[in-house]
Amino acid sequence: MAADFSFNRLPCHERAEVEITVEGQKIFALEGETVAAAVMHAGLRPTRTTPVSGSGRAPYCMMGVCFDCLMNIDGKPNTQACMTEVREGMVITVQTGAREVSGGDV
Amino acid sequence: MTGLQQFDLVIIGAGPAGMAAAREAGEAGLNTLILDEQPRAGGQIYRNIGRPILQDRSILGQDYYAGETLLAGLSHVLVTHVANATVWDVTTDNTLSFSVKGISRQVGFKKLLLATGAQERPVPFPGWTLPGVMTCGAAQILLKSSGLTPTGPLVIAGSGPLLLLIACQLIRAGVRIEAIVDTTPTSNYRRALKEIFGAIKGWRYLLKGARMLNEIRRSGVRYYKSATELTAESGSDGNLVSVSFRKGSVHHQLPCKTLLVHQGVIPNTQLGRALELEHQWDEVQQCWKPTLSENGCSSHPDIFIAGDSGGIGGAIVAEIQGRIVAKEIAYQLNQEGAAVIGIDQLRKTLDDQLAIRPFLDHLYRPLDMFLRPQGEIIVCRCEEVTAAEIRGLTQHGCVGPNQTKAFCRSGMGPCQGRQCGATVTALLADELGKSPEEVGYYHIRFPIKPVSLGELAGLSQSDA
Ligand SMILES: Cc1cc2nc3c(=O)[nH]c(=O)nc-3n(C[C@H](O)[C@H](O)[C@H](O)COP(=O)(O)OP(=O)(O)OC[C@H]3O[C@@H](n4cnc5c(N)ncnc54)[C@H](O)[C@@H]3O)c2cc1C
Ligand code: FES
Repeated sequence: MAADFSFNRLPCHERAEVEITVEGQKIFALEGETVAAAVMHAGLRPTRTTPVSGSGRAPYCMMGVCFDCLMNIDGKPNTQACMTEVREGMVITVQTGAREVSGGDV
Repeated sequence: MTGLQQFDLVIIGAGPAGMAAAREAGEAGLNTLILDEQPRAGGQIYRNIGRPILQDRSILGQDYYAGETLLAGLSHVLVTHVANATVWDVTTDNTLSFSVKGISRQVGFKKLLLATGAQERPVPFPGWTLPGVMTCGAAQILLKSSGLTPTGPLVIAGSGPLLLLIACQLIRAGVRIEAIVDTTPTSNYRRALKEIFGAIKGWRYLLKGARMLNEIRRSGVRYYKSATELTAESGSDGNLVSVSFRKGSVHHQLPCKTLLVHQGVIPNTQLGRALELEHQWDEVQQCWKPTLSENGCSSHPDIFIAGDSGGIGGAIVAEIQGRIVAKEIAYQLNQEGAAVIGIDQLRKTLDDQLAIRPFLDHLYRPLDMFLRPQGEIIVCRCEEVTAAEIRGLTQHGCVGPNQTKAFCRSGMGPCQGRQCGATVTALLADELGKSPEEVGYYHIRFPIKPVSLGELAGLSQSDA
């Protein structure tokens, strides 16, 4: 994770904070936001590598149509980070390779 | 199937079309279920409207907060809204399956309304898969639901009213934009001018456009018009480091950590495709759309479509269509004339709202390099298949998109062709000298969203 890739947070209405672990590092996310948003705020880039060429990818559409945000969330690989809300204690890692897509939320 | 909870009407999608339809249906006495995979109702334009996150309301502007009134429709006693509900299967015996946080349920319906909206047009160009390149809509989603703004240096490239809107919203949020690279071809202005009468009728939209351009100009952001040859370049770490393009005879290269791209929106037809509803190619909007009757009925008598998933018209059009379709459905189910009171007036308003479309569609038709890419540009992001590979397949006897799957796996990845479908059709049509209509589209199969085996096994037919 690098500070220079970090998306900036504007002044927001009060929201509870949720502690999650991203690539072994504890960070705070806002309750109600997606894993994709949280890792972009943390400056994680790339968020996966592809099974075909191993090249890096990061969330592209944020609305569930491109599947480029697939990550390993709580041990479940191939989970769409832009469609999954953060939850206290969640453990998130970059996904490398791997093809099968797992269903639903975690 | 028996034993399932039954609804008069099930609506998929709680954007303006779905929310407006739900209210109308509830008021007409229909027992209505509205499902949306987002955690909160609103759709794309009004995403997260029930719980706005930004303190400064001027950033997203009036048009966003206008969605607050539509939300009220969902609280009608006859309307049940289920959030986080992804619809993944619909069968022709009027049963629908959806998944909520890993648990699937089934319900039955008399009528079904697809109000699944639009997605941004996939824009293949060199480097569009690099980490750091994302769509304008994606940046807007981050803004609306997390209050986040992109890391700089930031460049915005592409064409269309939504690009201008998002640029304005970021400017209002105090974000520094290094440059806006407008790829709208000069020749489009000439073509659009032929549609000026419709444009004058839709003067409100023109005024909005002019205001946005003015806001961008006043902000002092560098604005490159009629740019071509857009390319995103990576550094040694594989992430985006710069963007280059040509304007006239001058080649530009700008350092950049986030590149937002946009080339308009196209209907989300995934469900309709899987249901094998009839679709047609729209040459002006350069996209597929379902074939619909005047009242929004598809080629299946129980399945209706409203809003951008039926053809791009924008939020106000979506809302009006949602109301018209709900009235029609109520009439069909209750056989009472009262249900369709006001439908003629709605149709008239709809025509007025649609008058601007031909002008916008001609003006913002994407450059050919995005519609019909060449060479080593990746077309299928999932399986990393290039334009040259797809084009080359025609020499081996490939005549349609479904065959490309067998030849090179394009469209076989997790996105199920959502990012490459339109391009693959266009490339095959180009090579074969046929129309997109003749070439056809991928055959889409249920489930249209990934569901785990455990979830399928545990499919509970309980209450919604
Ligand atoms: C990313 C993006 C941002 C946009 N921003 C703006 C904007 O700021 N201003 C503007 O004027 N226009 C915007 N638009 C254009 C937009 O399409 C229309 O303005 C308007 O939102 C269309 O309304 P709708 O009701 O047809 O669909 P939408 O508002 O798109 O609503 C469709 C809903 O269907 C849901 N859905 C889709 N498939 C499923 C499924 N299988 N299961 C369950 N739910 C499903 C989606 O979650 C979504 O909430 C945007 C479009 C996109 C793609
Ligand atoms: S970012 Fe496109 S599916 Fe998640």
